[in-house]
Amino acid sequence: MRLDISLAPETLFHIGSLAISNSFFWLIVVSVFLLVGTFFLNRSLKMRPGKIQNIVEMLLAGAYDFVETTVGDKKVARRSFPLVFTLFFFVLFSNLMTFIPGQAAVTIQTADGVVPLFRAIIADYGLVFMMTMLSVLITQIVAIYVTGPFKYIGRFLNFSSPLNFFLGLMDLIGEVAKIMSLSFRLFGNIFAGEVLGAVMLFLFPFFLPLPFAFLGLLTAVVQAFVFAVLTLVFISMAATVTEAEVESAK
Amino acid sequence: MEVEAAKYIAAGLAIGLGAIGPGIGEGIAASKALEAIGRNPEASGKITPLMFVAMAITESTAIYALVVTLIILFA
Repeated sequence: MRLDISLAPETLFHIGSLAISNSFFWLIVVSVFLLVGTFFLNRSLKMRPGKIQNIVEMLLAGAYDFVETTVGDKKVARRSFPLVFTLFFFVLFSNLMTFIPGQAAVTIQTADGVVPLFRAIIADYGLVFMMTMLSVLITQIVAIYVTGPFKYIGRFLNFSSPLNFFLGLMDLIGEVAKIMSLSFRLFGNIFAGEVLGAVMLFLFPFFLPLPFAFLGLLTAVVQAFVFAVLTLVFISMAATVTEAEVESAK
Repeated sequence: MEVEAAKYIAAGLAIGLGAIGPGIGEGIAASKALEAIGRNPEASGKITPLMFVAMAITESTAIYALVVTLIILFA
């Protein structure tokens, strides 16, 4: 017996020249489920909330309070909350879906051999990269919108002194490195959790994987939280004008 | 040395050395957070999520090492 672990998702079938991988398939299933669930929940909203609505309202209110205390600005909080909470909930939900028991046993026969039908969505670097690009691009757009395009470029290309020029270049590298750090953190944690679970299952299949499954559960929640909070912090940092820029505007 | 053997050694070294710093750092973060909670138990609700975020950020260098290791092993 040998371990089947691959960084890239396995291809299930082709539509024309478009390869449908198992994580893409699972992504579509999860997205449709979330959309339909939200649609029905939205339609059944009442002034006197039922059980499910109560839970959802509590969750949303708690999350909103957290966002507001983290950002400290009501307007920024109201505008960034939908994006951040959607990211959080999507990552959390798709992470938790991997804990449905028995799904790793479902395999189908393809041209390349037997392939599992399900794969942890976040353990596919493509999706994580796109989500990170979304969050980084929105951060940059917010920064340009708040500071104005010329000042925004002036942050990175500053010719007032050699030290400022160097610091500006470092800022530029820092912005690019955000893409890597944010995406690798999420992807690495979830993929490592999957690999760890597989290895432990391989070593001793009955009780040994349990504590690691619990660790994976903790990682699933914490990493979803961290990804959303970091996006939020980046946006709120971009939305506040630094003191030096206020000085130069006078 | 065979390429396969060198790969395994490289993977072990990458994650082993990469985990030292973040391990120490996370320990410091946890100890300080626990100290703070010990002094002011009412603030534990505020301290704990911040501690998790800080630890996850501290962890990121270990995760880079891990990703490199996984790429060496499986890609």
